[in-house]
Amino acid sequence: MGVDKKRYLSQLEEDGLKQVVPADFPGKIIPGGNGGNIVVTTLDSVINWGRANSLWSLYFGTSCCAIEMMQTGAARHDYSRFGFEVARASARQADLIIIAGTIVNKMGPVLRRLYDQMAEPKYVIAMGACAISGGPFYYNSYSVIKGADHVIPVDVYVPGCPPRPEALLEGMIMLQQKIKTENMAKKVNPIDGFDEGK
Amino acid sequence: MTNEDLQNIVTGLGTDLEFTTEGSEFLNVTVPKEQLHSICSQLKSHPELKFDYAFCITGMDWVPALGVIYHLESTELKHQIVVKVMTEDRENPTLDSVHDIWQTADFHELEIFDFFGIKFNNHPKLRRIFLTPEWEGFPLRKDYVDEANMIIK
Repeated sequence: MGVDKKRYLSQLEEDGLKQVVPADFPGKIIPGGNGGNIVVTTLDSVINWGRANSLWSLYFGTSCCAIEMMQTGAARHDYSRFGFEVARASARQADLIIIAGTIVNKMGPVLRRLYDQMAEPKYVIAMGACAISGGPFYYNSYSVIKGADHVIPVDVYVPGCPPRPEALLEGMIMLQQKIKTENMAKKVNPIDGFDEGK
Repeated sequence: MTNEDLQNIVTGLGTDLEFTTEGSEFLNVTVPKEQLHSICSQLKSHPELKFDYAFCITGMDWVPALGVIYHLESTELKHQIVVKVMTEDRENPTLDSVHDIWQTADFHELEIFDFFGIKFNNHPKLRRIFLTPEWEGFPLRKDYVDEANMIIK
């Protein structure tokens, strides 16, 4: 990973730095850098492997993209092959929302509530033009939210109207690749600061 | 029954009825709003008409008039008719409810109230169903303005 990092106490001492330990510290200090990082990164990759290959999506089809999402799950395309094993009707049991359709103003608070109900880590795919930007048909309307990312943070955008199952699979595999690069120590929750416009 | 036969029967049900076909397959009849309820109940009960099925009820904004279009069918005699009614009052448009004649009109009238603001006399519970209860204005009217969400072309 980082090439020029100072990992060991001995390297610190070369630069004249010393680990400061209070005199009255009661315990024993085991210096870091003695292989601990290797354990953490290995754990990361094991956990990410597990998460990426067992993404349970929420049933969330608000319009015609849902038909294409069902097709992606059905026998010919079969997203179970890639670990999207089942779809769940409860947000409590889901890791992933595939927003398949238009989000209207009345649906916005519901979508946000469902997202908040999901256990972390949670991921979002915006499928199709409506979920990305309000859509080619309804964008100029009093009732439509111009993109689901006004409501919840989105990880992967899959354009199309609707996208073909291959496109959705590509987006899902991109999400898996994103999950596989995650790092427990540096992980940020995408909802943090979202409402403040981050 | 042909449109001409329908017209001959329906003419006798009220006064000041206007008939057109507008090049469509259905006979159109425009009725004065005061006679709407009596004509509709006769359309259903008349033994040669028997319009027992309102398969579509639509709100319309013919600027400046607001109105409702009823598509009726007789499931027994297999003929259809279109009834139109309109009101010039945009501030407080009011028509008679036909939910006691065709029950399906209940929810259709709720929808028309929601989007066009037409009130229906004798409707059991007129309220917003698609929009939120605190919504202001009636979005399907031609003069509706929403500067935040809509690009006016």
